Amino acid sequence: MALRHGRGYAAVNYPTGMNLGGDPSQALVHATTMGGFVVTLSSVDLGQGLRTVVAQCAAETLGIPIENIIVDTADTDTGPHCMGTFASRGTHRVGNAVIMAAREARDVMLQVAADELEVDAEDLETDGTGFIRLKGSSEKKINISEVALAAHFRQGRTISGRGIFLKEPSTPVPETGEMDPDSCQAHACTVAEVEVDDETGVIEVLRLYNTYEIGRALNPAIATQQVEGGAWMGLSHALFESTEPYYPGSREHGPVDFTEYLMPGPADIPAQTSVFLERPADNGPFGAKGIGEMTANAPIPAIANAVYDAVGVRLTSMPFTPEKVLRGLDELRAGRAG
Amino acid sequence: MARLTPIDVAYFKGERAGDFDVIGSAVQRSDARGHVTGRTVFFEDMTLPEMTHVKIHRSTRHHALINRVDVSGALAVPGVLRVITHEDVPGNWYVVLRLIGVGPDDEPVLAEDRVLYRGEPIVAVVAETEDAAREGAARVVVDYTDLPAVLDVEEALADGAPIIKQAGTNHFVYEGHHCRRVRFGDVERGFAEADRIIEGVYGSSPIEHAPTEPTGCIVVPQGDGRLRIHSNTQAAFFTLDNTALILGVPPTSLRVVGGTVGGGFGGKVDVIVEPLACIAATLTGRPAKYVYSRAEEMQVSSPRAAERIYIKDGVMDDGRIVARKITLYVDAGAYSRHSPYGTTKAAAHMPGPYTIPNVHVDAYCVYTNRTPSSAMRGFGVTIGDFALESHMDRIARELNMDPLQLRLKNAYRDGDMKAHRKIASGTALVEVIQSAADLVGHDLPPEYRAMSSTERSEG
Repeated sequence: MALRHGRGYAAVNYPTGMNLGGDPSQALVHATTMGGFVVTLSSVDLGQGLRTVVAQCAAETLGIPIENIIVDTADTDTGPHCMGTFASRGTHRVGNAVIMAAREARDVMLQVAADELEVDAEDLETDGTGFIRLKGSSEKKINISEVALAAHFRQGRTISGRGIFLKEPSTPVPETGEMDPDSCQAHACTVAEVEVDDETGVIEVLRLYNTYEIGRALNPAIATQQVEGGAWMGLSHALFESTEPYYPGSREHGPVDFTEYLMPGPADIPAQTSVFLERPADNGPFGAKGIGEMTANAPIPAIANAVYDAVGVRLTSMPFTPEKVLRGLDELRAGRAG
Repeated sequence: MARLTPIDVAYFKGERAGDFDVIGSAVQRSDARGHVTGRTVFFEDMTLPEMTHVKIHRSTRHHALINRVDVSGALAVPGVLRVITHEDVPGNWYVVLRLIGVGPDDEPVLAEDRVLYRGEPIVAVVAETEDAAREGAARVVVDYTDLPAVLDVEEALADGAPIIKQAGTNHFVYEGHHCRRVRFGDVERGFAEADRIIEGVYGSSPIEHAPTEPTGCIVVPQGDGRLRIHSNTQAAFFTLDNTALILGVPPTSLRVVGGTVGGGFGGKVDVIVEPLACIAATLTGRPAKYVYSRAEEMQVSSPRAAERIYIKDGVMDDGRIVARKITLYVDAGAYSRHSPYGTTKAAAHMPGPYTIPNVHVDAYCVYTNRTPSSAMRGFGVTIGDFALESHMDRIARELNMDPLQLRLKNAYRDGDMKAHRKIASGTALVEVIQSAADLVGHDLPPEYRAMSSTERSEG
């Protein structure tokens, strides 16, 4: 009886956006009197950081500091339509809609600034610090706060913009399944290193190595949080979770709380080493692809394959409980005996 | 200092043009401080005068006729204000996907004459307190006649299985077909040409989303007659539109306020709590709160579907996969919810990130007398990836081939035709494998190291 080590591999891709498309998101952008910019949405932030990434998209497009951006979401009385936060679509759909709305607002902002500075709007640029400048000149510039005040109180203009991103719906051909299901694909490869106790059947995941290709990491800290949380969820799915442990025999033992529904605690979390690759998607906001869901997937088969490497047991049903490992080991021994 | 996953810019060098001010920087999450200091406001942080509570009496049977429902015991509980039955629900039959044209309506908000799963809502009780509502729900008495239950996907499709669905089949019908099909090349010819056939079957249990914050809402009647719905839905308009259809009211009479959610993972996409809370608020003229207990979240909220996936591959001795046949069963449980969509997504994902000339997929959305499953992170893909990548390992073992080389040999590249007949672009499977190999010091021969997603040079 021994602790046996194994390494397993898995590689996956994951579609961005609702399957078959047809899932629009809209955004409105408008300037307040003194140069705050409100991004109005009905999109939902699940805790993954959508508000923050959306503010980054707006600030980058408008060319102003992120501190000037307010994100207002999700109220159906004020926010334009969003299909919802799912299908790894938030950053992609909402980000694109925000960029479109911010571009329209930026055009007005530059026109207002041009009239104030008495130059052509095409000759202006933003500097990201809050000023709009005449290209090549260090003197000729105006703060966006002054621009907004001028728009509201002198020029009678709204600095505002509208945006929508829609991937038109695709209808599958029923005979062949021909369809256009996604906007782009993100990619991942995971290597899992495990230790399997061949006496108890307990699997411990020691280390996970991941490479994720995600188009563009708009916010590497938030992307990292997705990667590490997703791997945790994948590991949990692989080793722990089931709402019907005795299915189909009985539902009596279904869990009702977190003492019965087991998930990994701090001691169960493996060391993680990850790397991002970026291959920008031509239809993504600044090239971003959706990564939210993908990060939970590759660890599962990587762990299963590592268990095979360790003890020769092919786990074919999730979760990979100690019982399944022990039954597999019993079968192997019986095979040898026979 | 935020912990950052490094970006390896050596890959796709020429494609990463663009110099940004804010994009690509680790801007702190705007809600982080609020979350760690407890100042973030969730829907349940609201305290409203006169607020009522909604609790549900649920089926104790997998499949049964309802002979009689006696609510007198519930009404006798002090503090119970109303009992809501299916007769109080204007559009009692629904399917959430009808908004994107998927039918038929197959699920009642509250059961009428039959229950199809254990935990199905039958009666809602509205009371002054949560305890009174719970006590009232417990005192509802239902007289059942048990019917044979179908608890397995393949049993549900077998000849002679009891048909549990009104539509007449235990599977969703895709444009006249019993499953979502993908047909590419000639899979039987591929098997005939293959050096060997490698088969496997893979499965999963349902799992729970386990959000920190349970699903719920508070509905507040407004002075102008409208209802303001404070919800932790993942999709504000989706919830509004479906709720309006179920209530039979104009969508302008509802307002959904949300946007801050304590974890969703797909579990807050079904529209379950809002319609009944709206009915409770309308019947009492008072704010109504309907939030799942943790036990309800785990027992009756839609889990990730259990799946069973059969894979049959035709493989050449050099590692090329020349044919792949997949039969995939998604256990939708008793009602559709988002499962017909998820099953199509599963079919579209096959055969994974590999270029295989002959592919045959039958993906079945199957109804059983189990808890209705629905969307969850990785919807339609997660279990498929487990099956596909376990199978790749099995093939590598049988051929005695390096597992990463096997994947690289079959990896899809730009310009390849996918099985669902879309040309692949923006692919990067080759590079993530090369990079992961580097992370663990896994040697790749030069011809595999030289591979690229952007051009197909055979290894």
